[in-house]
Amino acid sequence: MSEQITFTIDGVEIKDKAGQTIMQAADEAGIYIPRLCRHPDLPPRGSCRVCTVFVNGKPQAACTQPIAEGMTVENDTPELKESRRNIIDMLFIEGNHFCMFCEKSGNCELQALAYRLGILSPKYPYFFPKKDVDSTHPDIFLDLNRCILCGRCVEASRDVDHKGVFEFVGRGIEKKIAVNAEADLKDTDFAATDKAADVCPVGAINKKRTAFSTPIGKRLYDTKPIGSEIEERKK
Amino acid sequence: MSKRVIIEPVTRVEGHGRVSLLLDENNKITQARFHVVEFRGFERFIQGRPYWEMPVIVQRLCGICPVSHHLAAAKAMDQIVGVDKLTPTAEKMRRLMHYGQMFQSHALHFFHLCSPDLLFGFDADPKIRNIIGVAAKYPELAVQGVMMRKYGQEIIKATAGKKIHGTGAIPGGINKNLSITERDVFLKDIKQMFDWSRSALNIAKDYTVKNLEKLKPFASFDSNHLSLVRSDGAMDLYHGNLRAITADGKKIFDQVDYTNYLDYISEEVKSWSYMKFPFIKSLGPQNGWYRVGPLARINTCDFIDTPEAEAARKEFMAVTNGKPNNITMAYHWARMIEILHSIEKINELLNDPDLQGTDLVVKGERRNEGVGLLEAPRGTLFHHYKINDNDQIVMANLIVSTTNNNEPFNRAIQKVVADHIDGVPEITEGLLNHIEVAIRAYDPCLSCATHAMGKMPLKVTLFDYQGNEIASKTKE
Repeated sequence: MSEQITFTIDGVEIKDKAGQTIMQAADEAGIYIPRLCRHPDLPPRGSCRVCTVFVNGKPQAACTQPIAEGMTVENDTPELKESRRNIIDMLFIEGNHFCMFCEKSGNCELQALAYRLGILSPKYPYFFPKKDVDSTHPDIFLDLNRCILCGRCVEASRDVDHKGVFEFVGRGIEKKIAVNAEADLKDTDFAATDKAADVCPVGAINKKRTAFSTPIGKRLYDTKPIGSEIEERKK
Repeated sequence: MSKRVIIEPVTRVEGHGRVSLLLDENNKITQARFHVVEFRGFERFIQGRPYWEMPVIVQRLCGICPVSHHLAAAKAMDQIVGVDKLTPTAEKMRRLMHYGQMFQSHALHFFHLCSPDLLFGFDADPKIRNIIGVAAKYPELAVQGVMMRKYGQEIIKATAGKKIHGTGAIPGGINKNLSITERDVFLKDIKQMFDWSRSALNIAKDYTVKNLEKLKPFASFDSNHLSLVRSDGAMDLYHGNLRAITADGKKIFDQVDYTNYLDYISEEVKSWSYMKFPFIKSLGPQNGWYRVGPLARINTCDFIDTPEAEAARKEFMAVTNGKPNNITMAYHWARMIEILHSIEKINELLNDPDLQGTDLVVKGERRNEGVGLLEAPRGTLFHHYKINDNDQIVMANLIVSTTNNNEPFNRAIQKVVADHIDGVPEITEGLLNHIEVAIRAYDPCLSCATHAMGKMPLKVTLFDYQGNEIASKTKE
């Protein structure tokens, strides 16, 4: 029998088994910790820092940090909300995110988080960077204008599909997703049925000929904010 | 010494335009032009984007009748995905969206933009000659305008998902049907909408008939007319073939498959406007220009397939003894015939069980080119796209309704200037409003036509021949 651990999130006592991350324990308890790069079917990366919480006063990524006996976790605080807003803000201005014609709109985790965090417009000036699109694949449209470098596609293609179609190249502001081919996405063995085609949180990896088929009102985040599916678990 | 008068921007129209008048020393007009000076470049910046984005991205040309662009692009995309015939549910949902759009757009124009001119007169004090003045003196009309617009907008929301910039039409079909609950909401209010449409038609008709002798020459001129008509010659605002007629009703071409529009229509570029000048190729740029929109549609069609609008059409045509009506101010009457036609069509569709069907999308064999035309509130709208083998747009040509009316705007302005302003000692605000009344009759949407946006206060400046400012009048 695993060791039972007791700790608190925002003063609420949580009991869970050892080895769980803060995010897993919070999810089970119906407490939503905002996150972006984390995907339930992939190992946590801790790269986007949206899920940062204070653990005994120190900032930690909730998706990677294991729970420990007696720890005090702060999640829903004005300071953390502001820093999460800043991260989302910066992701918006670093790319070219035109929600008004993006096929992911309504199902986009970045957009949904912005709404949940009350971001009405970015506070920093747009970079308007020049980004590539790759439409060569018969079933996939790759639009790096909308990529937020979460790394989900990299992991899914490498660890689930065992293909390694995507990889990061470059550093800092030059960092981007590249495909594992001399030329284009069509030259890889990527398929629309791959896990990597299903994990993109934004409109960067899109299955062709499926856009806008879900009517407004029926999309994932049309009626309930992101995270409410977790909060509904609360007894 | 010559002077230049600039009216900029023109008010109570959609978008941003400018009128310039060149006068000699005796205030005789030597040149009158309608300029559209903004440029947005949609045709260029959509290149490289995937074709399925088109119905959603190009509708951003406009916030007044985005549905027209949404549907015209969707019709072009139907061809790209190899679909020539939609399912009954998809076609009828799109039609419902379109008639809802026609209803709200015509209501907006009639009640909010043009009614101050008709109710108070062209020369009335500008302090009351506006929608606030209408609301104060004729509150029931202002309310009707708002409620009719709301009804149309709610239909758009029920079919496209949002009142402005929805996503309903997708290549090969539609993404939703109409639930019984949604349908019943509209059926509950439809009688009221019929009554108000009839009443609006009567206002426009009575105004035109009562002032016929004054309106006949006002901003009027003979022109060709162009629109889509159904294969049996009926008015059809969503789909049909191209028909063009002369000012006296002779057919220039008829039942032309619109995918071949380039064989019949060409566009001329002039250095002083970002808005192109379309013309009928066989007649050339000098004589081939034409009018589109409600007046042209009533003139070109053989009949209207809904009873009340057809009766209204017959009355309308009787004024010109069955010949095409070339009176610019008759646009308002024609527009209200269409608003009645639209509500009749909406009623027909709401009572059609096909709207509750579940067969929404058809698939076909992909093609690399698509053309989509429809009759937008302001006239015939052309969308034409070519794509590469990777599904990306490589060419787009949009001839929007207002662009088709470019030469007519210039003619209307020249006529007003010649009749009312030429040689007068002082150019008053009321006289300048005559020019705007003429432009407003066409309900131009300069946002669409030039891909520009903006509010429209009026500024008039007089310059001497050396370009020195002599006087300036501004209207907010």
